[in-house]
Amino acid sequence: MANAGRACDTFPKLMRMHAAERSDRPAFRHKDRGVWRTWSWRQAYDNVRGLAEGLREAGVVHGDKIAIVGANRPMLYWAVTAAQMLRAVPVPVYADAVADEMAFVLENADVKVAIAQDQEQVDKLLSIRDRLPHLTRIYYDEDRGLSDYDHTDLQSLESLMAAGSAALQKDSGLARAMDASIDHGAADDASIMLYTSGTTGRSKGVVLAAGRSVAAARDTVAFDHLNDQDSQLAYLPLAWVGDHYMNYAQAYVAGSCICCPEGPDTVQDDLREIGPSFYFAPPRVFESMLTRVTIRMEDAGALKKKMFDHFIAHARRWGESILNRQPVPLAARLHYALGEALVYGPLKNVLGFSNIRVAYTAGEAIGADLFSFYRSIGLNLKQLYGQTEAFLYVTAHPDGAIRAETVGLPAPNVHIRIADDGEVQFKSPGQFLHYYKEAEKTAETLTEDGYVKTGDAGFFEEDGQLRILDRAKDVGKLANGVIFAPKYIENKLKFFPNIKEAVAFGDQKDFVTAMLNIELTAVGNWAERNGVSYASYQELAGHPRVYELIKGHVDEVNAALAREPRMAGAQISRFLILPKELDADDGELTRTQKVRRSFIAERYAPLAAGLYDGSEIADISTEVTFEDGRKGVISGRVRIADLSPHAPASKERAA
Amino acid sequence: MSERETLLSVSNVSLSFGGVKAISDVSFNIAKGEIRAIIGPNGAGKTSMLNVINGFYHPQQGQISFNGVMRKRMKPYEAASQGIARTFQNVALFKGMSTLDNILAGRALKMHKSFFWQMFRYGPALDEEIEHRKFCEEIIDFLEIEHIRKAPVGSLPYGLQKRVELGRALAMEPTLLLLDEPMAGMNLEEKQDMSRFIIDVNQHYGTTVALIEHDIGVVMDLSDRIVVLEYGHKIADGTPDEVKSDQKVIDAYLGVAH
Repeated sequence: MANAGRACDTFPKLMRMHAAERSDRPAFRHKDRGVWRTWSWRQAYDNVRGLAEGLREAGVVHGDKIAIVGANRPMLYWAVTAAQMLRAVPVPVYADAVADEMAFVLENADVKVAIAQDQEQVDKLLSIRDRLPHLTRIYYDEDRGLSDYDHTDLQSLESLMAAGSAALQKDSGLARAMDASIDHGAADDASIMLYTSGTTGRSKGVVLAAGRSVAAARDTVAFDHLNDQDSQLAYLPLAWVGDHYMNYAQAYVAGSCICCPEGPDTVQDDLREIGPSFYFAPPRVFESMLTRVTIRMEDAGALKKKMFDHFIAHARRWGESILNRQPVPLAARLHYALGEALVYGPLKNVLGFSNIRVAYTAGEAIGADLFSFYRSIGLNLKQLYGQTEAFLYVTAHPDGAIRAETVGLPAPNVHIRIADDGEVQFKSPGQFLHYYKEAEKTAETLTEDGYVKTGDAGFFEEDGQLRILDRAKDVGKLANGVIFAPKYIENKLKFFPNIKEAVAFGDQKDFVTAMLNIELTAVGNWAERNGVSYASYQELAGHPRVYELIKGHVDEVNAALAREPRMAGAQISRFLILPKELDADDGELTRTQKVRRSFIAERYAPLAAGLYDGSEIADISTEVTFEDGRKGVISGRVRIADLSPHAPASKERAA
Repeated sequence: MSERETLLSVSNVSLSFGGVKAISDVSFNIAKGEIRAIIGPNGAGKTSMLNVINGFYHPQQGQISFNGVMRKRMKPYEAASQGIARTFQNVALFKGMSTLDNILAGRALKMHKSFFWQMFRYGPALDEEIEHRKFCEEIIDFLEIEHIRKAPVGSLPYGLQKRVELGRALAMEPTLLLLDEPMAGMNLEEKQDMSRFIIDVNQHYGTTVALIEHDIGVVMDLSDRIVVLEYGHKIADGTPDEVKSDQKVIDAYLGVAH
């Protein structure tokens, strides 16, 4: 089997192999109308062939770009494989992108055919159609609301697939031609184009090769021992490398099952129902899960709360050692086993983690506390460090050697070096071919000897694990020369459940300041318990008692910074709470939810000025984009709070 | 629009409570497949009109015919079994029950198996319930309320409760859907969602919709035809454009010295 697998250097070939070797094993599940539907590898393969034939008849040929816009649905994953079967290049697009962002990507990619999930996406595509001269046809998955649209260039995927399947069945010549097309698929074919999130400017199309993608996935499937008994919940954006790698590529290599949730709001319930064995989520997902658990425990009865607190404390003491197979006294083990029965087990069950063998987090730094919480209750959570350009993995935690502040050892067959200026550079099996139509940028990103520059500053610890500091170009200096690493500070702030986002300023300034977003669920719950009444997010965010609460958190961060010699000078002197949530629709975050620091500084210029001119109050009026793309204005006064710094190192809790 | 078949016609209806005349001599019709709005200032008699249509009030004068049949004095549940469903100005759901159960409750009139089987949820009653559950799941999918399927409706935000109520009305597979201020108390985004659902219901299920709404912008965008009431009298009736330019309507809304 392994030998047969070796020859499979494209995803369609892998799928064909699974259809033959494990034809009845589940390949896809999707919860629809309240019921989980399952497709075996055989059925999925037949559907993909049908789609591919339909697309071929519609004129899709080798090298064409096919946009795929929508949430995680089996049909859209099949469309990806169908495109690859014709050696066309699928280009997944963030489903929540507003029309204008979408236009940029589709225009840049010269998209010929677009595949959309539903009416919402079709509407967006139609609204930008005149900017896309190459676009000939649009297909959709869900027909609701689309019945009276002009169907000249519009068709449902269902009917496309049915027509394709019928044609393949009737004409064995076509079926043979499709087999040949799969055979022709080559390792150096462009397999997919993923657009970078664009933390600093317009996004770029990263072209990944089929053979490299499969090779990279093989390495990590072996690394984490994934097989066809595994399943995972696919709920992350299709356009993100994390989804394409973790769900698509690894499942196609391992033959595991991809489960698609009912909708974006049901992920938590679906997770519990599926009970996946492999799980991947950015830190913010783990964070919001913990926030919800904490809130529910606050509302629980005294006995339950006591039991929870007691066993969580025990887990914090011994859980990680048990997970890491280190020697632990028998009494502590027995105590932990009791906790497993009473608290950890049920808790994991509620979170949908009962069957998980391996869980990963990546994309942002994760708080040590948060990280060890999940590990202590027995979830094998690990970190990885990756990039779209690497086709994800650069480093990953090996089982048993896991520390929150590092991102692990180099992944199999990945070579990493630290450049003289501290930048992390790598060569990896999944390494990208080039940026689409951006030869210059490609050249900038690659070194002369073929390493990829990550733009991240980092260093190796003594045990060989990599530690990432910050984006190299974000690390600045205060006016007095103290090093200022904004993300480091922001992450410390964000580890508090009450703080959702943080943006730190200080480069070339006299002191450090921060703009914060409160987490509505957590602070709202706190407000309810403390009798603070509010009518809107804006009002809650500006409430004096909320300021007090948050000030306490900021002060704790300062205390933590004071303990680190390098950071003691970069404590936060002033902060404010923004009256609106930072949002990707307003360009304040990237689609992967990373803050765009300089954009925010410009957008909230009056506030940024207020932070530094000593005023107690600043006025702001800013434009917001509603979900339907219309714009409105939010305005108000924002209070600015002052803090006094902690004395560095030795004397803790002074000031 | 005029060539469409009439689904319901109200002719010369008057309704009074003691000395208060809520509706006086109002006539209009609702055509099959249209979205018909009834608007007017507070106390104009809109909700009374809706209550007359679904058989809750009995007009002292005038006639109502539904589906070509002249209506006799009847009870609201008879209206329901004839295919008239409604939602209420103040949400009237079973607060302690889940979204799904509330919507299933809307199927009650369609459940025919004997009480005995239903009590034990066994045999034919079980098969029947599975069919109904399928139908309700279609509605849940349609209204995009999957995530609150099992949540008790009392704990839901108002906008979602309104949506659940619409779902329960749809579960009856109504020919005529009466909506009493479906967008009251909603923010802009919720209103847009609700408008879209109403249009989708109208197009997808072919349901005729009669609605009362205060938000004039929404009404103008949504409706095929509009009846305007003021102090129980009909002052205008026509397409949004006709109504918009009607001097009497402008006066009623902007206010003039009477």
